[in-house]
Amino acid sequence: MLKLPIYLDNNATTPMDPRVLEAMTPYFLEHFGNAASRNHPFGWEAEEAVDYAREQVAKLVGADPKEIIFTSGATEADNLAIKGVFEMYAAKGNHIITATTEHKAVLDTCRHIEKEGGEVTYLQVKPDGLIDLNELEAAIKPTTILIAIMYANNEIGTVMPVKEIGAIAHKHGVLFFTDATQAVGKIPVDVNNDGIDLMAFTAHKMYGPKGVGALYVRRKNPRVKVTAQMDGGGHERGMRSGTLNVPGIVGFGKACELCRLEMVAESKQISKLRDKLETELMKLEEAYVNGSKEHRLPHVTNISFKHVEGEGLLMGFNKNIALSSGSACTSASLEPSYVLKALGLGDDLAHSSLRFGLGRFTTEEQIDYTIKAISETVLKLREMSPLWEMYKEGIDLSTIEWAAH
Amino acid sequence: MAYSEKVIDHYQNPKNVGTLDKSSKNVGTGLVGAPECGDVMRLQIQVDDATGMITDAKFKTFGCGSAIASSSLATEWLKGKSVDDALKIDNMDIVEELNLPPVKIHCSVLAEDAIKAAINDYRIKNGMEAIKFEESVIH
Repeated sequence: MLKLPIYLDNNATTPMDPRVLEAMTPYFLEHFGNAASRNHPFGWEAEEAVDYAREQVAKLVGADPKEIIFTSGATEADNLAIKGVFEMYAAKGNHIITATTEHKAVLDTCRHIEKEGGEVTYLQVKPDGLIDLNELEAAIKPTTILIAIMYANNEIGTVMPVKEIGAIAHKHGVLFFTDATQAVGKIPVDVNNDGIDLMAFTAHKMYGPKGVGALYVRRKNPRVKVTAQMDGGGHERGMRSGTLNVPGIVGFGKACELCRLEMVAESKQISKLRDKLETELMKLEEAYVNGSKEHRLPHVTNISFKHVEGEGLLMGFNKNIALSSGSACTSASLEPSYVLKALGLGDDLAHSSLRFGLGRFTTEEQIDYTIKAISETVLKLREMSPLWEMYKEGIDLSTIEWAAH
Repeated sequence: MAYSEKVIDHYQNPKNVGTLDKSSKNVGTGLVGAPECGDVMRLQIQVDDATGMITDAKFKTFGCGSAIASSSLATEWLKGKSVDDALKIDNMDIVEELNLPPVKIHCSVLAEDAIKAAINDYRIKNGMEAIKFEESVIH
């Protein structure tokens, strides 16, 4: 029997893998020590566990364990990378290049940098969600210290040309930071192969616990330093003070190891389900996939259903299927997704989108149920939609003078 | 966000979804909202010329559950009312009946605007002057 509700919001967070929880449990109970306690076995056990986890994490992304700085999550890692580089490299320059489709943790940190006297260039993306590499290179100036471009987008799953971005950055002696929160554990990420200097990622998007993440900070070619944003006991090579979240870090390590061993087979299976979901839903009239289909995470699709509104659509099945809409209608401002707007989507399509994030535990039965439920709801709401009726009558909606509201 | 039971009921079983002949002289049509705002409501009334009573009402709405419920409720209330009484429907009555939270009050305003627009359309078609309404408070 199919168990409801179905979880298809894995870009928001993933469930924990039971094997991860199993690895963590002893570090809440018998091995509860502080990893910084150097004088007794409790501390030693904790430190050993953290060291082991650091190796597991590093191995997944092709890094040296010494290059992994544990944080509370990707948001903190984003802040540490951008603010930390801005402060550390102030003598070299104050210019940062990023893109309009970045996560808020990057965009708002950049806004903060601007208030601190920094200069930020926000690159537009092409309709497929990718940046133009020529535009990126043209934006570099003598004062540029950092390029901050995400690995994969959280709303549409688009994968940026990271390797090319890294090459451009290094050609100009600029550091390259990438928020790889959605990519690590889902597709192969290798900091050396990809030319990444700093990279943020987090456990809870890869079947690990919430509240623990990491910033990769390159130690060689070039040696990168960031100014600490959290002062205290000098943990994590002085870059991030604060008692280490030992059980969380152990879980993060285990989650990384599982992803490393299972990712290839798993992503094949998940992308097969994603493709089925997408193919079936695209059979509906006036349905559009948002963002590049070619350069995309294997488990994500973002689809707009024209002439039905996203929140209304979600209401048709959100008791049984957990999904996100690109339309944040719950706010009084009725703002559609800024990512979809950045692709050049009209407000109507941006308001009509659903984001699907499949995961390790998604089954074909769940996908079949989802296809049926969403198709039925779209058809039902279109019967109820005045825009659909006008579209069917051949009226060009853009010629209508809508009453201000 | 949790919806009230009444909103869910109207969403699942909307009353009076449909289309009346907008070219007919005794049908008034109100189309309000805009696609870029995330909601568009079309409300239609059919009026008995002799009695001034609303004999039928239909709607179609593009929007969230609250917008659908507000228009569905409005059509229910309109049927059997005189045009004059229909003008007395206040958006806050809809808010109260459906238990709409503050962020969804605009849905009720839209429904009230749609009623007024439909009535004015009917009046103009029948040689009457359009009633001037005060601007809605909430946009």
